[in-house]
Amino acid sequence: MNEFICGCKKGTPIALGYFPVAFSFGVLVASSGLPLGLATLISLTNLTSSGQFAGISLILANASYLEIAATLLMINARYFLMSLSLSQKIDKKMNTLQRMIISFGITDETFSVASIQQETLTFRFMLGFILLPIVGWTSGTLVGETLMNFLPTVLQSAMGIALYGMFLAIIIPASGKSRAILEVVVISAAMSMLFYYVPLFDGISSGLKLILATLIGAVYGALHHPIMEVNAYE
Amino acid sequence: MSKYILICVLIMAVFTYLPRMLPLTFFRKEITSPFIRSLLYYVPYAVLSALTFPSIFYATGNIYSAIGGCLVGIYFAYYDKGLIFVASAAMFTSLMIGLIS
Repeated sequence: MNEFICGCKKGTPIALGYFPVAFSFGVLVASSGLPLGLATLISLTNLTSSGQFAGISLILANASYLEIAATLLMINARYFLMSLSLSQKIDKKMNTLQRMIISFGITDETFSVASIQQETLTFRFMLGFILLPIVGWTSGTLVGETLMNFLPTVLQSAMGIALYGMFLAIIIPASGKSRAILEVVVISAAMSMLFYYVPLFDGISSGLKLILATLIGAVYGALHHPIMEVNAYE
Repeated sequence: MSKYILICVLIMAVFTYLPRMLPLTFFRKEITSPFIRSLLYYVPYAVLSALTFPSIFYATGNIYSAIGGCLVGIYFAYYDKGLIFVASAAMFTSLMIGLIS
């Protein structure tokens, strides 16, 4: 039970960060004339941001099922990498069903926070850990969808930065402690900005850009600053 | 809700869940390659950094409030003030700049 509570605590800031982003997703779907309840259904079953925004624009464009599947697969390919990484860190005793349950909660944010935990990731910890982000994401969407104009616009927009503030709180202290992480962080940020601002890369989907920027930074780190310890994760 | 929309949502859910579920559930071996281990060690920092930049500059729809929030966030993050504090400070700064600009 303690592990579950400990997981809940670690998940709380993520859930709070999710709320405003999910809120704007709800507002977007409701204001585009799609049926009420759809946004919440998507958030509950998908639990992802870029994939949901992309999916909605495809539904609005009356896209084919194949197009939706292909786009989503491309955007979500990064989860494959994260899931592989977590497979090395979770409690080896976890059975197949438990693994299938907790893998539903892998997002960019839960993955990053879980990765930097010192302890082994047990099933109970992970269950508590993904619970509140799921609740925050789904309820944020529900509130956004139903109370579209509940919050003043200026507050709504300011909330958009909360998620990135959390990211900074993870990467900046780690960069201060490790020169290698600092280099990886700077390279990935630089590549991401390059892909964003240089028109040459306009044809590449945002999901693929993210994968490339991530891999270039991480491969650089692995080549120049290999982790020597046998158990880098413990 | 139309059948088309429901099938679309189902497809979205399946193709979001599969890449998350497959490696974690079916890959049970320990990776021994130092290169792959190092790569996986750096991935979380790399992905968060790529997600943050340059998106953070457009997160509030007002470049000044976003840059202000970003700088304040970096400042408090540097002093290791914790996730909630950093996120709230960034949000508060963006709100203040948003209100006056």
